[in-house]
Amino acid sequence: MSESLVELLQHLVNGLSVGTIYALIALGYTMVYGVLKLINFAHGDVYMVGAYAGFYLAEYVAPPGRAGQDGVAGVMLRALLVTAGAMAVCGLLGYLIERLAYRPLRSRPRITSLITAIGVSFLLEYGFQLQPWGFMPVPFPPGPSPRFFPELLPRADWSVGGVSISNYDVIGLAVALALMLALQFIVYRTRFGTAMRAVSFDPQVAGLMGIPVNRVISWTFVLGSALAAAAGILNAVPRPQINPLFGLMPGLKAFVAAVLGGIGSVPGAMVGGLALGLAEEFVAAYTVSSLKDAIAFTVLILVLLFRPEGLFGRVTVEKV
Amino acid sequence: MRSARSLAPFALLLAIAACEKKKPAEAAAPAGAAAPAAGAQVLLGHVGSLTGNEATFGDSTDKGIRLAVDEQNARGGVKGRQVAVKTYDDQGKQEEAALVTTRLVVEDRVSVLLGEVASKRSLAMAPIADKYQVPMVTPSSTNPKVTKDGDKVRPYVFRVCFIDPFQGTVMAKFARETLKLQKVAVLRDVGNDYSVGLADYFLVKFKELGGEIVDDQSYKAGDSDFKAQLTAIKRKKPEAIYVPGYYTEVALIARQTRELGLTVPLMGGDGWDSAKLYEISRGALEGSYFSNHYSPDDPSPRIVEFVRKYQARHGAVPDSLAAQGYDAARVAMEAMERAPDLSGPAIRDALAATKDFQGVTGVITIDADHNAVKPAVVLKVEGNGGKYVATVQP
Repeated sequence: MSESLVELLQHLVNGLSVGTIYALIALGYTMVYGVLKLINFAHGDVYMVGAYAGFYLAEYVAPPGRAGQDGVAGVMLRALLVTAGAMAVCGLLGYLIERLAYRPLRSRPRITSLITAIGVSFLLEYGFQLQPWGFMPVPFPPGPSPRFFPELLPRADWSVGGVSISNYDVIGLAVALALMLALQFIVYRTRFGTAMRAVSFDPQVAGLMGIPVNRVISWTFVLGSALAAAAGILNAVPRPQINPLFGLMPGLKAFVAAVLGGIGSVPGAMVGGLALGLAEEFVAAYTVSSLKDAIAFTVLILVLLFRPEGLFGRVTVEKV
Repeated sequence: MRSARSLAPFALLLAIAACEKKKPAEAAAPAGAAAPAAGAQVLLGHVGSLTGNEATFGDSTDKGIRLAVDEQNARGGVKGRQVAVKTYDDQGKQEEAALVTTRLVVEDRVSVLLGEVASKRSLAMAPIADKYQVPMVTPSSTNPKVTKDGDKVRPYVFRVCFIDPFQGTVMAKFARETLKLQKVAVLRDVGNDYSVGLADYFLVKFKELGGEIVDDQSYKAGDSDFKAQLTAIKRKKPEAIYVPGYYTEVALIARQTRELGLTVPLMGGDGWDSAKLYEISRGALEGSYFSNHYSPDDPSPRIVEFVRKYQARHGAVPDSLAAQGYDAARVAMEAMERAPDLSGPAIRDALAATKDFQGVTGVITIDADHNAVKPAVVLKVEGNGGKYVATVQP
């Protein structure tokens, strides 16, 4: 293969690796927007909490070297348990955020919830920067210094015709795709999914038809937050630095990804996330690398100007 | 009428706010100028990053300062009075550094400010030191702008380390003349005055010596993925990559460099110096080089003595930031001893007159631009430490 082709493929691998993270976070934005028409700006911080939950589980609850972690099966089991545990923690967090912060304000103007979302985001970001409380069994909150995520699986790098691919990239993409397919199945093939779509269509009428609106909304938050936790862990394993503010940028970018794909659309969030990851990679690689962060917001402006409904969104007609 | 009445409280608030804003400046201006009451303790204020991405910088510096102050107190303190240190954590944030500096000056009324390590945070502190006329000594900020604002030397800001034009030159010379490298790529932290300055000076000198800069990429502190830049750099086939950043990002960059199958050495500056660098990089930096203020392996008696004392007190080998913190505190206290009184201007004049001070990291003479002229060392990463390779004279 020619050198420039190898470079191009390497960028493709790198971009997809980052893009899957954006896609998983974007799914949470899209689902919540779908049912509540609320941009949950605390979602990026739920992603951060997910990474920390994984960190605490891996370091303190299931520290490496404990019995039952021998061999491939033991290592895989530990990785699976840490991921599932973090998803459960974040699912609970998502439930609490909705129950305590958004539900009491649901009948108020939408801007109130939006501002509350920013408040919840600050609460998580700055709460996690406090010094550890003495009475906690583990050093929590973690404080502002970065922590380094443990290696859940031994890293393996392969070179395919000069392009380096690691097992992390492959597993990350596979897990992300599996989760997205599972979500697609839940939304379009189950009773709960039908209820969710009904609430999204018109919450009042859905309530009149006997659909438990509150429960559907709670579960939507639980699902979205669990996906964010999975994204947090998939990101933290190959890129191990985690700190309380690191959810901010990915959160904003995933929001752009959701808008790009068409907010409210599940396949749209996937495509939007992957496209944004690739766009960032190629802009950083082939133009000036300091433009890497700017591209996401340029995309946002362009989408809003020329196709506000996004790639997969439906055009909604405002009735006057 | 109604609008006028509703405006009135606003106008009142504004007026109060305007008064409030001015007050601290007026009240505190004499704080620096007037000597503190006799008999009381002499207070040094330290602003450092005890937590955050550069946590070891502040931690080491603080340990160095405390060692120096304890020794001075054992010898009878400054002008017969005991010296105390007040340290505030800035969490590695510029705005926090400015905030705690003001607090040290206005509330705690310190005689001298020590800190910061990072140039961008020293740049946030410097105008405050000048405004309140409290002398500030930065142990390790190497960016020229810290003591010099355009053409004007900041009257109250000093440093006890060399500056980036020298540090960048040292590495360029070393790469070109000792390692005989021809093609080097640069990867800099665009949001960091220190990194940008160092990269610029390296670039100019390396080209001047006949080398070629094959790529100049950038990242931002807090990034966790550097593969786009590194893949682009890999294609250009450099013989080394110059990464003048801080240790956390440098270590992550080193790991991702190896993950992409790029095995050339990295090169950097004193921002690499931290035990965390080796911990995070997990061997990915083996065989890389960085410039530094001193090496704890140096066999000269003053360094052996310092390393022994520091280890006895803190149980760790002092990195260069600890040594710089120690020197900064000693230079400040020596100037306070020489000054006719402990007012800001008097200490300032004494600091400016510092000449041939025997520091751990070299002989310190403050020049007209308030910089110290000192040699630099080049260290090679081997195992979990930097091994001394060469000393470069200014």
